[in-house]
Amino acid sequence: MIHVEGLTKYYGDICAVDHIDLDIRRGEIVGLLGPNGAGKTTTLRMLTGYFTPSAGQITIKDVAMDDNPLAIKHLIGYLPESAPLYQSMLVYDYLDHVARIRGLKGDERPKRLQELADLCGLRGIMHKPIATLSKGLKQRVGLAHAMMSDPEILILDEPTSGLDPNQIVEIREIIRHIGTEKTVILSTHILSEAEATCGRIVIINKGRIIVDGTTQALTAGREQAGRIHIGLMGTDAQNARPLLGGVTGVREVDAAGESDGIARLTVTCQPGTDARADLYAAIKSTDWILVEMTRETKTLETLFGELTREF
Amino acid sequence: MRQALLIFNKEFKDYFVSPIAYIVIAIFLAFAGWLFFSTFFLYDQAELRRFFDMLPFLLALLVPIITMRLFAEELNVGSYELLLTLPVTSRDIIVGKFLAAVAFVAALLLPTLLYAVCIGWIGDLDWGVVIGGYIGALLLGAAYAAIGLFTSALTRNQIIACIAAIVICVALAIVDQMLFFFPPLVLDVVTHLSANAHFGNIAKGIVDSRDLLYFLSIAFLGLYATHLAMEDR
Repeated sequence: MIHVEGLTKYYGDICAVDHIDLDIRRGEIVGLLGPNGAGKTTTLRMLTGYFTPSAGQITIKDVAMDDNPLAIKHLIGYLPESAPLYQSMLVYDYLDHVARIRGLKGDERPKRLQELADLCGLRGIMHKPIATLSKGLKQRVGLAHAMMSDPEILILDEPTSGLDPNQIVEIREIIRHIGTEKTVILSTHILSEAEATCGRIVIINKGRIIVDGTTQALTAGREQAGRIHIGLMGTDAQNARPLLGGVTGVREVDAAGESDGIARLTVTCQPGTDARADLYAAIKSTDWILVEMTRETKTLETLFGELTREF
Repeated sequence: MRQALLIFNKEFKDYFVSPIAYIVIAIFLAFAGWLFFSTFFLYDQAELRRFFDMLPFLLALLVPIITMRLFAEELNVGSYELLLTLPVTSRDIIVGKFLAAVAFVAALLLPTLLYAVCIGWIGDLDWGVVIGGYIGALLLGAAYAAIGLFTSALTRNQIIACIAAIVICVALAIVDQMLFFFPPLVLDVVTHLSANAHFGNIAKGIVDSRDLLYFLSIAFLGLYATHLAMEDR
């Protein structure tokens, strides 16, 4: 669907995007991740045709961006960061204007506006000036703008930045809903968001792709850290160590301190094993009370930190 | 072209949503009316020449106020990004915005047709000259609008865009009265650059292709420079 080859963008001497190759298939939700200034927005702006690349090729549905940018613009719905809409217009007038430019005719227009008002939750605000809307509402109007012509590709630049938690959940819900039939590319620097919404994650740093894979593949390796945190009452850490140390699959037990009568221990397992069931059985045979048992996961955050600091 | 018309439509409506349109029209009518009619009866001639004579200077001050927001505001808010990622070309955008500004100049001049009607009623008015004058005024407005559009495309700051355009437009308007500053060698060239001189011919009722060409080429140059400025971003 989208084929990108050697995409490069220079701002003067500064290289913002450095030879990015990317292939995106129909129906994928791709999360573009990276720290601030990594080149996410620049990449998206080149994909939408707003920026001309310094080098490289963008081909969407077998049409090259250089040959026919207009045809590509018809395929893409785009929501830039912080939804820069015309402030003085009413929401309805604005969306109607966009619908006209998108080539929606006669009866289609009010019908489509109704659908989008329902989908994006704009019913109550259609006749308010955009300048008076809150950030979350503007974002939703921007989303309606992007989805106006029911485009095959939706590109969203930090769609949830600056929203409150409820709004974030709503926007994610909408994105996931759209993603069932459309190709969605979204950028974010919040990893949990990419994890929650995207099927595929591309991490870029300093203009280069450093990781490209499915969300599952990226997060699969992380449970192998194999550390289990245990909190016990009715004993102290020194007493508990020998017992837990004897459980099969356990390599090491460290005391992690004591507070409020709860002894905390960190158990490191042999790679590839999960000793939680055996640990529980061992603790059950004593009169200690198990108040906590969590398996430490190697989060995307740590993965992200490792990857983006390397360079 | 359809897209350009849609953009024209939006921009033209936008003028009348904000108070700026009404302020500019009010200032224009007050000044034009006062300057024109304060001497009209002294001259005791049924003609609009003195009204047309002040247009190059008056429009040089007012048209940049109309055009300053066209690109600068979009660049500042960032909405230009949204606009350009819709299926429109930068040419559609420039033409649409330019036509909106020209249409606004027409709306500005429209009430002054009453002057012509009144004068024609009390005296013997040469309508050919009047019609020529209004066509010239529109061309003048178009040339100024193209200059204003260009300065608006250069900056995110509307005030800077406005002042830069006023400087250029006023310079074109009054350069033929500043000839003593120029060396004799370039006098001819400078005279031909003057909007006042070219407009004066049209306002007298002489429609010369050289004058038409002057305004059209200024407008074209302005729009082309705008195009280059926007492509460069």
